[in-house]
Amino acid sequence: MAHFSKANSIGEWLDQRLATKKLWKVLAAEYWVPKNINFLWAMGVVLMTMFSILVISGIFLLMYYKPDVHLAFDSVNYTIMQEAYYGWLWRHMHAVAASVVFLVIYIHMFTGIYYGSYKQGREMIWISGMLLFVTFSAEAFSGYMLPWGQMSYWAAQVITNLFGGIPFIGPDLVIWIRGNFYVADSTLTRFFMLHVFLLPLVIMAIIGLHFYSLRIPHVNNQDGEDIDFDYEAEKYKNGQKRESKVIPFWPVFISKDLFVVGVFMIFYFYLVGFHYEFAMDPINFEPANPMKTPPHIYPEWYFLWSYEVLRGFFFDIGPFKAMSIGLTAFGIANVIFFFLPWLDKSPVVAPAHKRGAFKYWFWILVIDMIILTVYGKLPPTGANAWIGFFASITFLALLLVVLPIITKKEAKSVGGAA
Amino acid sequence: MRELKILAVVVFFTIITYIGVEPFAHSQMHEHIKPVDYKYSDLKPLNKKGDPKKGAETFMNAGCVGCHGVKSQGIAAPMDAKSASASFGVVPPDLSNAGAIFDEKFLANLIKNPAHALMLEHKFNDKRPFPMTPFMGLGGDLDQEVADIVAYLKSIAPKKLDDKDVFIDACGRCHDVKYDGWKRPSDTEALKKYMGKNPPDLSIIIRAKSKEHLINFIGEPQRVLHGTSMPRVGVTKEKAEQIISYLEKVGDRKKEKRESVTLKIILYFVIFSIFAYLWKASKWRDLH
Repeated sequence: MAHFSKANSIGEWLDQRLATKKLWKVLAAEYWVPKNINFLWAMGVVLMTMFSILVISGIFLLMYYKPDVHLAFDSVNYTIMQEAYYGWLWRHMHAVAASVVFLVIYIHMFTGIYYGSYKQGREMIWISGMLLFVTFSAEAFSGYMLPWGQMSYWAAQVITNLFGGIPFIGPDLVIWIRGNFYVADSTLTRFFMLHVFLLPLVIMAIIGLHFYSLRIPHVNNQDGEDIDFDYEAEKYKNGQKRESKVIPFWPVFISKDLFVVGVFMIFYFYLVGFHYEFAMDPINFEPANPMKTPPHIYPEWYFLWSYEVLRGFFFDIGPFKAMSIGLTAFGIANVIFFFLPWLDKSPVVAPAHKRGAFKYWFWILVIDMIILTVYGKLPPTGANAWIGFFASITFLALLLVVLPIITKKEAKSVGGAA
Repeated sequence: MRELKILAVVVFFTIITYIGVEPFAHSQMHEHIKPVDYKYSDLKPLNKKGDPKKGAETFMNAGCVGCHGVKSQGIAAPMDAKSASASFGVVPPDLSNAGAIFDEKFLANLIKNPAHALMLEHKFNDKRPFPMTPFMGLGGDLDQEVADIVAYLKSIAPKKLDDKDVFIDACGRCHDVKYDGWKRPSDTEALKKYMGKNPPDLSIIIRAKSKEHLINFIGEPQRVLHGTSMPRVGVTKEKAEQIISYLEKVGDRKKEKRESVTLKIILYFVIFSIFAYLWKASKWRDLH
């Protein structure tokens, strides 16, 4: 048994038993982050803040929400929004955070792509991040169903129906997911379980993995420079703060992040109080009515680009039905980013503006995904359908064809130079 | 400087996306509707000047009270709500406030040809007559008699009505507002049969539809939703605004609180950001 001497303070007492000082050093005070970064490096902490807001507001909502098709709508719109003290605030915060969190996720993702932070040892950071994107998507979709409004119901109808397109098991799978032959009470209760228990649990576990995956390859920096973290950390600890290329997570890195979080919160609470329709669709303030199909059914804005890839293939090609092509393309769109570290064949880790063709590729991808997002909401008629089609083709081509080609060339030229 | 440039790029693409999926997409999804002006210019104007005294007589002789109550004048509704909705589909309105709520030109046209004024001719015709019979006159000048009745209704109407009263008279015979405890008098089954569908509860309609949409829909339902069985109820513009204000009070009753509380939270984060910036500056000062 270890020898314990009398502790002189609570801190010391805890340190003897839990090694809190060492833990704090490992996690924060001597967790090294590059100095050469910009505010985009604060998105992780912004995301963590948003996720905390979602969990906390969710706990309060859970105290009043009733997962039952006859009670859900009124429990949200009357009990929570009008009766419970500050229930409206929790609801608005939860709904707006659920939408805005995706904006930050996309910024975070595209920062990673721009600076090449997904390769040369950082593959697991990227993959765990993509896993978070997928689980957040499932979390958002299941949560959207809970108020049991018109869009909750019809989005559930349309999205669960998609699984019917999977060969052989499709139709049975749809029934299994819904727990009934149509979207019903059983669908609501199982998505409720997913939303408040299983998915948050999985998300928290993956967040742990995501943080852990940063440990070995370390955080990337603005120039993609390969830093010797041990050497630079020694410099910093020896007082050569100016010369060192790294900073400790606590308090230097976090001090900048907190400022970014503060500014972001101003924007976020403006949306919560004054500009929330984009996150709380007016149509969802009508109770679910299986007899009345809304004239336009569309997913929330963050799913629109992949939804448009699904809709983009609107005509049969040879023996393939439009629906099957669309569904296949949709399936590819949803997993394609997982493979980014291997679709990019170049070893170069540098910001896009220093990577020649990659720079153009990056901005075309951004613009194409915005086009897909906008046209994913517009009625798919006339010219809209064709723009959607070409934007979908462009998206698939950019990732599956163009990226490997230009990065292979880049790899060659680097190899030649070296 | 570089940080601001990056911020500008992020903000730019965010705004483009926002405009695309919100204002732009919605402008493409909903057809543009010419605003309803509440002038009822499709209806014939009321050329005669009515006399309320004569109107009271005409009103009694015309048989209006065979179906309508006028509580303020001590005239009770001839039938209870249940049998009235069984006979007519919907409980006929009490006319105590009618002169204040409904446009006079509309009222005159309604008395002469209800289905036309209500814009329900696609539903009611000779084969299926509208439950309220057109007033054919008592033998004198029809327009004069109608003008007298309208003048009478206006003379007995209260000068001021609160928002909820207006709502109940104009909308509340068919629509529930359960979050405000309002239950329509008409029987649901009878109403469903009469309207073709169950008129929706309006508790939070203000969150589901824009004010602009509601003001157009109340003013002229057919213009917004062609073929709907909802009648043009014929309220004046001022009363339509009172209805909206009632719906807002009921459906968005935390609005004031929401705005004042979030403003305070925003102020908190402004102060928070200032301190965070100072802390950041102190930590980064000796790094460069």
